[in-house]
Amino acid sequence: MHLAYTPEQDAFRAEVRAWMLANTPKAPLPQMSTPEGFAAHRAWEATLASGRWSAVTWPQEYGGRGLDLIRWLIFEEEYWAAGSPERANQNGVFLLAPTLMEFGTPEQKARFLPRMAAGEEIWAQAWSEPQAGSDLAAVRSTAVRDGDDYVLSGHKIWSSRAVFADWAFGLFRTDPASERHRGLSLILFDLRAPSVQVRPIPQINGYPGFAEIFLDGARAKVAHRLGEEGKGWNVCMATAGFERGLMLRSPGRFQATAARLLKLAADRKLDAAQEAAVLAAVMDVEAYALSIYATACDLMRGGEIGAETSCNKIFWSELDLALHRAAMSILGASAELTTDAGDHDWLDGYLFSLAGPIYAGTNEIQRNIIAERVLGLPRG
Amino acid sequence: MEFGFSDEQRMAADTVRAALADLCTGADLRRLMASGEARDAKRWRALSDLGLAGLMVPEDLGGLGLCEVDLVLIAEACGYAALPEPLIEQAGVAAPLLATFAVDNRASPWLDRVLGGEAVVALGHPANALIADADSADILLIARDDGLHLVDPAAASLTRRESIDPFRRLFQVAFEPSAATRLAGPDEAAQPLARAFERGALFAAAQGLGLAQRAVDLAADYAKERTQFGKPIGANQAIKHHLATCLTRIVFARPVVHAAAAQLDPDDLFARARISHAKLAALEAADLSARTAIQVHGAMGYSWEVDVHFYLKRALALAGTWGDAAFHRARFAERIRRAPLGPQHTFAREAGAKP
Repeated sequence: MHLAYTPEQDAFRAEVRAWMLANTPKAPLPQMSTPEGFAAHRAWEATLASGRWSAVTWPQEYGGRGLDLIRWLIFEEEYWAAGSPERANQNGVFLLAPTLMEFGTPEQKARFLPRMAAGEEIWAQAWSEPQAGSDLAAVRSTAVRDGDDYVLSGHKIWSSRAVFADWAFGLFRTDPASERHRGLSLILFDLRAPSVQVRPIPQINGYPGFAEIFLDGARAKVAHRLGEEGKGWNVCMATAGFERGLMLRSPGRFQATAARLLKLAADRKLDAAQEAAVLAAVMDVEAYALSIYATACDLMRGGEIGAETSCNKIFWSELDLALHRAAMSILGASAELTTDAGDHDWLDGYLFSLAGPIYAGTNEIQRNIIAERVLGLPRG
Repeated sequence: MEFGFSDEQRMAADTVRAALADLCTGADLRRLMASGEARDAKRWRALSDLGLAGLMVPEDLGGLGLCEVDLVLIAEACGYAALPEPLIEQAGVAAPLLATFAVDNRASPWLDRVLGGEAVVALGHPANALIADADSADILLIARDDGLHLVDPAAASLTRRESIDPFRRLFQVAFEPSAATRLAGPDEAAQPLARAFERGALFAAAQGLGLAQRAVDLAADYAKERTQFGKPIGANQAIKHHLATCLTRIVFARPVVHAAAAQLDPDDLFARARISHAKLAALEAADLSARTAIQVHGAMGYSWEVDVHFYLKRALALAGTWGDAAFHRARFAERIRRAPLGPQHTFAREAGAKP
């Protein structure tokens, strides 16, 4: 056990910090779920790519830096500490890319990864359907072979950033006779293709942060299926593993929020309950960071991500909520005001933190997974 | 950055875990309780034979010269078994403290006997008003305002104070301080006592992790067996979600405790805060898990017959020793007020602090 950064890791941190200081936009970008906001965030992806910072854990050949997990954590810490923008290509870089690297053909990797790293193509996830939310295996959308194409039909929903994104990775039933987890395939499709209709869904904050996607005979290439036909469930679960496990929410993001909360708290007179709420939330942020460092070290020694990482998603989503609730309490009467820019960041963050326990597999589903796969309780 | 344990450290803990699975079952605990004895002699002998008493005592004094990281998983295993005997308190706190004064020829024979498994030393630390296991100890280390004393229990007056934990033996101890009993003055004793405090809190936290895990395991086992409405109660999400919540708190308390073990330093603001964080997180997980286990067991959980209350009571006891929650929250708050913030300080040390 040795808990200290190496001089090389410290030097790397300094390098990231210097780049972020020089390049992070001085003023916050406009709301991502507006045309001008998305354009600004897309441009930021390109800026990141120009410094080779857009996909740091990827191999160099696809535009990454091949960083190990400790350096990835350091990168993320500095990224969020600098106040850098949300990542428009989050779903591509962190969710799809690891799956592409594991299951993709050389042609698929060459076609998609460099453009993803460059921010030229922004990705959305198209898994959920009106009748397939937590019960993802109830997916009904179909992909029917027609020569070198699949013909896609169905209705996808809750697709984050799909209003402005270019491509989606969707789960489709390729075997019409199949049921549940069998007969599904993961297919990459162009959101601008004919017979693909994207309808924005305003979120709780009024902005169209997600969308539903109507597919009515849209065509996707068979060559753009990821993994074997009919094995889409396993491929998707690999993605879900990355998502829950580590990549979706690094500690750096919450450490930056905790630092803002402490700054807010330092300027006000807190009562005992507020003080306790701030301390508890900050401690959980630190516990999350320590836990992810321990997991990263374990993975680097050859360990594997297991079902207990479902705990991660529960923990970070609940601590994010706790951080923002503490801030809202401290803001008191001004918490509801959308006019003050500083306070509004908290309000916006608070609303977004309410989504954390829902997306990427609800916390109820995560708790079922922990109870069944870690504690061995019987399925309901 | 190497955040994890060596194979040797894991194997040592496995050895203790296996020994306790054999020697410290619920039935063993109940037999000890019925006997009224302070210790299970067979178990204490077996544990002494593992040679753990000197684990953190320097090699030149006859110990193994290891550190907190080497004992923290063992402490977790002892918590898992709700071990009544003071194995961890002795190996992790009292014996290393005694070793600090081994140059004194009053202390050194006692250290040798402790290392040989022939004697037990109990510690009266200013952080704890009462002395645990004072009656069964062969020698007492007692701190007062005027320094640290080495006291023969036979020459002291012991008044039992009953704890809700049936295996806690707490005593108010009065003795006649003299030059003969005084091992060190207040200045000389301050630093070793400060270190002993950090260790006490750390190992209470580690035992708390074990208690929490045991409570969850007992509840999960029960939830698989107990049938209502034609199915195991564990098939219900209400039960699953309770236990998953407990496990999540345990999973995220554990690395805090492990980091605290790796960084223990009474002179360092960050290290002190981490010990406090570890104590809070682990004992909160233990409290939540024990209460949840009682709830999952239903009326059985409220009965004397089911073992869950042992873990609840030990968690309650450990939460209040080596600094209560208010004390440790204040220490964490102090770090936040005084030290710079930011992710680069996750593993930070104060300038000049010992590594």
